[in-house]
Amino acid sequence: MIDFSYTAWILLLPIFLFIVIGLLGNRFKPIVSGIVGTSGLFIIWLLSLVTAYKYFFVLEKAADGSFLKFMAFNMRWLNLTDKLHIDMGVLLDPISVMMLIVITTVSLMVHLYSIGYMHGEKGFSRFFALLSLFSFSMLGLVVATNIFQMYVFWELVGVSSYLLIGFYYTKDSAVAASKKAFIVTRFADLGFLIGILMLSYVTGTFDFITLTGPDSPALTSGQGVWFLGLSTMTWSMIFVFMGGAGKSAMFPLHIWLPDAMEGPTPVSALIHAATMVVAGVYLVARLFPIYVFSAPVALDIVMWVGAFSSIFAAIIACTQYDIKRVLAYSTISQIGLMMFGLGVSGYGGHEGLGYMASMFHLFTHAFFKALLFLGAGAIIHAVHSNYMNDMGGLHKNLPITHATFLIACLAIAGVPPLAGFFSKDEILAAGSERSLLLYWVEMIVSGLTAFYMFRLYFSIFWGKKQEYHQTPHEAPKTMTIPLMILALGALLAGLIPFSNFVTSDRLPFVSHLDMGIAIPAVLVGLTGIVVAAFFYLKETDIPDKVFKALGSFSQAAFHKFYIDELYLFITKKIIFNYISRPVAWFDRHIVDGAMNGLAYITNETSDRIKKLQSGQLQQYALVFISGALLLVLLFVYLWTS
Amino acid sequence: MFEGIPLHWFLILGTIMFFVGIYGFLTRKNLITILMSIELILNSVNINFVAFNKFLYPDHLEGMFFTVFIIAVAAAETSIAIAIIINIYRRLVDIDVDKMNKMKY
Amino acid sequence: MTTNQLMFIIFSAIIIIFSVMTVTSRRILRAATYLLFVLVATAGLYFLLQFNFLAAIQLTIYVGGIVVLIIFSILLTSHIGDRLEAPGWKKIVPAILVATFGAVITLITVLQFDFPTKAITGSERTDIREIAKSLVSTEKFGYSLPFEVISILLLAAMVGAIILAKKRED
Repeated sequence: MIDFSYTAWILLLPIFLFIVIGLLGNRFKPIVSGIVGTSGLFIIWLLSLVTAYKYFFVLEKAADGSFLKFMAFNMRWLNLTDKLHIDMGVLLDPISVMMLIVITTVSLMVHLYSIGYMHGEKGFSRFFALLSLFSFSMLGLVVATNIFQMYVFWELVGVSSYLLIGFYYTKDSAVAASKKAFIVTRFADLGFLIGILMLSYVTGTFDFITLTGPDSPALTSGQGVWFLGLSTMTWSMIFVFMGGAGKSAMFPLHIWLPDAMEGPTPVSALIHAATMVVAGVYLVARLFPIYVFSAPVALDIVMWVGAFSSIFAAIIACTQYDIKRVLAYSTISQIGLMMFGLGVSGYGGHEGLGYMASMFHLFTHAFFKALLFLGAGAIIHAVHSNYMNDMGGLHKNLPITHATFLIACLAIAGVPPLAGFFSKDEILAAGSERSLLLYWVEMIVSGLTAFYMFRLYFSIFWGKKQEYHQTPHEAPKTMTIPLMILALGALLAGLIPFSNFVTSDRLPFVSHLDMGIAIPAVLVGLTGIVVAAFFYLKETDIPDKVFKALGSFSQAAFHKFYIDELYLFITKKIIFNYISRPVAWFDRHIVDGAMNGLAYITNETSDRIKKLQSGQLQQYALVFISGALLLVLLFVYLWTS
Repeated sequence: MFEGIPLHWFLILGTIMFFVGIYGFLTRKNLITILMSIELILNSVNINFVAFNKFLYPDHLEGMFFTVFIIAVAAAETSIAIAIIINIYRRLVDIDVDKMNKMKY
Repeated sequence: MTTNQLMFIIFSAIIIIFSVMTVTSRRILRAATYLLFVLVATAGLYFLLQFNFLAAIQLTIYVGGIVVLIIFSILLTSHIGDRLEAPGWKKIVPAILVATFGAVITLITVLQFDFPTKAITGSERTDIREIAKSLVSTEKFGYSLPFEVISILLLAAMVGAIILAKKRED
């Protein structure tokens, strides 16, 4: 058995970096913070790589050939009672090790990229400090040994996300977006917390290894019908999924993610594309055995929500003009796909194909979506606009960005042999075994994905020639190098035989490409690309015509199906009017009234009695002497026992 | 020398003197007359002390010493009070106690 | 009626009458003079009780010191011949009520109580030597501590009086 306890440093280093940069960052030149943060993260990245190598290749496996799932490090943090204690530690199993790689790689790239992108910004050190805080929270989340540790880091992730979205805190829209993100995810986390409490109440443990092990208390307890015909366990898992859906921006809690694009672009790449938003997927994957065996209804909900979110967001993505928003909706769509993959999956072996595919897609998606965001950042950096209407014909000005962006687009569109092809194909394969309807829905989603990505690509790099105030120029090396590295990842990540490493029961199996699914999927993707090329390669009026032909549907899609308006309606019109107003009235008139009344009475009384204090010595003396005499009378004559 | 005088006579005298002093304290306006009322009160107490000493504990001198000390304290008090009164008079050109309510509230 | 009783009645009559006049006289200098009479009569009572030393103190400090001080301050703050304005009924009525009420209560209480009077041996004059010994003794019935305390008090009062009465610079 190899000693893995050094993995605690993967957690401790980023928080150390956060403290150092946060406290001392302003003492030095801003670039020092960048270098310290990036090199610190480089060390963490190396540690993660070593851990992954040792875990997958050196560490001996269990008797049945599966990967071990064990605590590399554990510490009792809050010792409430003998039974109830909250631990902090590092749990190693295939998905947490995979997430370590994903997070540290993307985070390292983003750190490097940010040195160039954020150059000269006010708050450069603060930015790096917050990136470190985020890395800490996210790493803590994925290696959590128990569900409560996960919750703690989950909230920390929410906080750092809030701080980073609101990085430009002088901008009203950024402040509003950060508040929105925080409140929406917080609301969802309420569900998560309820879920945790129910789950731990029923099973009597927080521990992941116990919960997901073969003799988990979750399998036997809480199975009785509790509410609306569903068992306690099912409800608790639904609540837990609510938290996951909030963080992962699943319909209908997705509204914060597009607004979160107000943050700096590297942040969007790191948090809102590659790492934090997949926390929900990770959460479901972490508790997957419970979902499969104890709460299949909850798993169905995961499937439906995932499928609906993916098609819903894909349609919206086709109509948006802000390139970061297109990417945001694309992210929602892709995460929906991952959720769908988990939802259709069974447990063990080939049954667990969906699980494996989902994790695989999470892995590949992190690369190409981070790449897309960073590319978008480079483009915005060059053009100083977020809107694709302001762009066009950039392929000559930005050759490296162009090439890497194209790779990412091809990868997400599922063109073989790039990363997205393999993972998406596996998800579709898993879906086809479960539900034919949803299989075709996802097929359409992959077509739409190809379409909107290439719509983006063509409008930015080809299309009409645009007049620019100053000729856009390629970004500096610190920005292009991460782009190239991530492009390499997007090219090659799909070739990893993922089913050898990450599976639902940790037993490797061999997965094959199912040509019956791969070929139609590729064809659909290519169709999307061709249609996009047809629409946007040259400047034409076809898109407008199509847009008009679809009438109210496209209008609705353009307005994001009025979900934001619906929320506003519910909150402003219904909650404010019928709940908040009466509560506020009660607070102002009854609660405050009681307080004011007390103050008023005190004031009045004192006004009355302060005249007693006349400053007239003889009056005081009179009162004093009469009082003394009365006391004498009382104690000497009246109160004689 | 005092045979035939009951203790109660002294006490009655002290009581009357005391409450005459109280009356003066409550009605007089001039600060100096109030001071004089206080002297009356102190004096009545002195008479009581001395009488008690002589009639109840003729072997000791506590009552007498108390009186001595009270006289000393009265002297100190009077000197301070008169210093204060003179100060007030300098400021207000009046020593009417009714007008001395600047420090209320 | 013995001579003693007669003396006592004379003294107490003086005391009571002049006390009342002290607190009611509308000429302030006269009030001070009446106070003087009261204090002298009190000294007479002390003599009657054979506290010769105390009577001497009463005469020197009260009569010779305090009353003179009071008269001085009267001369400083009032015009001779000014009549004090009579207090209003609003003050007199409650004051009389309180004083009478208090006097009645006290008198009732005092008269009801039977004091265990010791047999009085008569011409027992307090020796001044004895007083001096007690005043500086630290044993039982010694008064050296209060004596010291009162010395400090007097010193402090003296300093305080000087500071207070001193003309301010401003």
